[in-house]
Amino acid sequence: MSKQLKKLDEVTIRFAGDSGDGMQLTGSQFTTTTALLGNDLSTLPDYPAEIRAPAGTLFGVSGFQIHFGSTEINTPGDMCDVLVAMNPAALKVNLRSLRDGGIIIANRDGFTDKNLKLAGYEKNPLEDGSLDKYKVHSVDITRLTTIAVEDLGLSPKIAERSKNFFALGIMYWMFTRPLEPTIRWIQEKFKNNSEIVEANIRVLKAGYAYGETTEIFHARYEVESASLPPGTYRSITGNEAAAWGLLTASVKSGLDLFLGSYPITPASEILHELAKHKNFRVRTFQAEDEIAGICSAIGASYGGAIGATTTSGPGMALKTEAMGLAVMLELPLVIIDVQRGGPSTGLPTKTEQADLLQAVYGRNSEAPIPVIAACSPAGCFDMAYEAVRIATKFMTPVILLTDGYIANGAEPWLIPDVKSLPEIQIKFRTEREGFFPYQREITTLSRPWVVPGTPGLEHRIGGLEKEHITGNVSYDPENHEFMVKLRQEKINKIADDIPPAEIYGDQNGELLIVGWGGTMGSIRTAVINKRKEGKSVSHLHLKYLNPFQKNVGDSLAKFKNILVPELNLGQLAQLLQAKFQVKIISLNKVQGSPFRAIEIEKKIDEILK
Amino acid sequence: MTMTTRLIDEILKMSKEAPTQKYTQKDFQSDQDVRWCPGCGDYSILAQVQRVLPELNIPKHNIVFISGIGCSSRFPYYMDTYGLHGIHGRAAAIASGLKIARPELSVWVATGDGDGLSIGGNHFIHICRRNINVKIILFNNQIYGLTKGQYSPTSEFGKITKSSPYGSPDHPFNPLLVALGAEASFVARSLDRDPKHLQTIIKRAALHHGTSFVEVYQNCNVFNDGAFSAFTEKGTKEENVLALEHGKPMVFGTNNSKGIKLDGFTPIVVSLKEGKYSINDLVIHNEKDTILSFILARMSNIEGLPRPIGVLYSVERELYEEEVDRQIKESINKNGQGDLQKLLLHGETWTIKQE
Repeated sequence: MSKQLKKLDEVTIRFAGDSGDGMQLTGSQFTTTTALLGNDLSTLPDYPAEIRAPAGTLFGVSGFQIHFGSTEINTPGDMCDVLVAMNPAALKVNLRSLRDGGIIIANRDGFTDKNLKLAGYEKNPLEDGSLDKYKVHSVDITRLTTIAVEDLGLSPKIAERSKNFFALGIMYWMFTRPLEPTIRWIQEKFKNNSEIVEANIRVLKAGYAYGETTEIFHARYEVESASLPPGTYRSITGNEAAAWGLLTASVKSGLDLFLGSYPITPASEILHELAKHKNFRVRTFQAEDEIAGICSAIGASYGGAIGATTTSGPGMALKTEAMGLAVMLELPLVIIDVQRGGPSTGLPTKTEQADLLQAVYGRNSEAPIPVIAACSPAGCFDMAYEAVRIATKFMTPVILLTDGYIANGAEPWLIPDVKSLPEIQIKFRTEREGFFPYQREITTLSRPWVVPGTPGLEHRIGGLEKEHITGNVSYDPENHEFMVKLRQEKINKIADDIPPAEIYGDQNGELLIVGWGGTMGSIRTAVINKRKEGKSVSHLHLKYLNPFQKNVGDSLAKFKNILVPELNLGQLAQLLQAKFQVKIISLNKVQGSPFRAIEIEKKIDEILK
Repeated sequence: MTMTTRLIDEILKMSKEAPTQKYTQKDFQSDQDVRWCPGCGDYSILAQVQRVLPELNIPKHNIVFISGIGCSSRFPYYMDTYGLHGIHGRAAAIASGLKIARPELSVWVATGDGDGLSIGGNHFIHICRRNINVKIILFNNQIYGLTKGQYSPTSEFGKITKSSPYGSPDHPFNPLLVALGAEASFVARSLDRDPKHLQTIIKRAALHHGTSFVEVYQNCNVFNDGAFSAFTEKGTKEENVLALEHGKPMVFGTNNSKGIKLDGFTPIVVSLKEGKYSINDLVIHNEKDTILSFILARMSNIEGLPRPIGVLYSVERELYEEEVDRQIKESINKNGQGDLQKLLLHGETWTIKQE
């Protein structure tokens, strides 16, 4: 029987199973292959904090969602069109994300009595008619997997492990994707174990063939490539992009990169990525704690490297005192906070934007630090680069905020020509004549960077208040007030050195949505959709949070209403109100997951009714 | 785009090409007034460091002193070298980052019993185990001086201070044992009141290839006066101090009348005057003997045993920063200098052509 080939503009798929089922791997393979076909895409890995939570339980479910299309894709998708569920728990947890009429591919072998009970099902949902509003395909994935590798002599446990490739094979068939990229990946990944290579490839092909030959699937789908700007692309996650941004800044500036970091979810991948690239002279130091992470980075910056430290909320709290030291020493330093749900340990693997006020204000006394934010996975590259530029130009620590969602999510990235990136020009001071450690450059107010080893410029710096110009310890009250204001003025001056904020849509009107960080995609999607309906709504997405860009105040004044959606209880709203005295409508969500575009659209409708 | 020009190379070149200079103690004195209390033991430590540095033939511009918070941590301000006065307890962490980024520098840490062993205890043990080539001088006065007299982690049990009016309920620990337990490769002890000995030990620490830990008994004449007088004053020190010398038998006492003998693993004091024991019965000090180093470090607050000073332990093992550099060189040899464009383009990519 010939099967229909339907064209789709966009599709959202969610792979879900036990945290040991390899769903993250399956999702990232589907992502790579889809990216290679030229689709635009966005992904959302969604996994539990436990490494191997007990099998079959609801809290052990690991999911990976990918939204891809031939049109512009800004979010991982509100609702999915296809749900791959490897067991009853995966079905139960994810069913609410599946749109009515969506497709379920269920591994029937995973729906055992034991697993049904663990998931809290009294009857098997695959058989009791409760899923009638969906298109359900029950497939004996585990059994078919073991049959496919029967003659390889693998133990049943090992053989079963390949079952995620069967599911992937079905999805490749259903969405007309090639198998080759994954086959290449399997061959490389398991090159020391030819049996596993053979087993995985066979199962992948078996899944594909199953889709093609069995009668149960009546249609397959095609999603044409998106019309992205010409150039060479790759798929990139936010953490990879942040690592490469730092590395690129290191090469462009001629400064060695030093990363002092303590492992923490969801920031550790930046450390992992940079640890690989020793031939760029990157020195990664896995410190004994968060404090040593930042202090070692300060030591390295003092020595003339780009000192960087990466962390998440709880680690930020521990680094607080050292940030104040860096403010006082006026040394460049990059602090990347990959935000997660809090407070305390909170939701380590889930996303949130609630460290904004901590980043802007969270230090003793007057300790201003520039704060910038990345708003997409690929955007982490640009902002990490920008963090180094600002840190070295203004001799200051810089905080870059990303979040778990963009750090782990992936999207296509137009690989830049590194020659065309803005230069980062730095000079260490070496002239002895007229040298004072705290004498400032007029436009930036930054002090000279003098590194140990420079003959004749021996001097001392420290956390005690400095006398203006000489840098000697000073307890003079007027000098202290002067220095407090000077340090603030230096940070304010960064506003002269950054591009103006750009409004998407009309430059004035009924409603301006102001966002920051990882909510970019959801807000933009909502704004595009509502503008299509003729609504007067525009979007301003802030990458610079301290100081704000100079035109932010004027931009806010041109709209009747201002909506600020945030994954916190209104932190940007507070900053904007304090600074610009504007009335703000907040839309807040703190559920560990990003906004759905529809949630923002509803709010727009409510305001513009 | 490959990494070819490193900004730091210019500094390294200038540093090497600077004319060599013969220094004196005075060359290491900064223009800042020293503000420790009159009579403080810190003055002696400062003076001995300033006396030893000229002998090391290290250009001043390649020397960095790093400290945390506390009386001892004012040290960098008084040295005419590079210096960084950090935050409480973190000197070892700051020094680690600096030394890893700039292995050619001579990096020193000045710390105290509160700064180094209480708030900074974690960084202290980890720098020791990593064996980063940083010289740590710990000024042990068994009290918090800068905060005006609370008990420290080395204060004796039951000590009456402002924060322990009924006696400290804290059992102290022994800095040497902490360092040895943390796998330090060089562990020594000296006294502020014995300038010659202190100079020798500072020099040995400086020349050691690895983390050097020197505990200096330092008198705080304001808040804990006389804490170490048994080991520093004429008339008592002879009987109470065992000065260790590598390869020499452990002799002490007035007119070298006593020695240390091992009874199993237990050190005992024997008299060399009564004819029963001779110098041949005594333990020969061996700085490379790890078991012996623990026994010697343990000889603290044990009734009847003298307090050892000198180098307890000194062995060479791999340096953290050298291993990092080795990996960098190996990676460059194997993969070539990092090529940024190549890195960004490696793995799976796809190209969209101009329509």
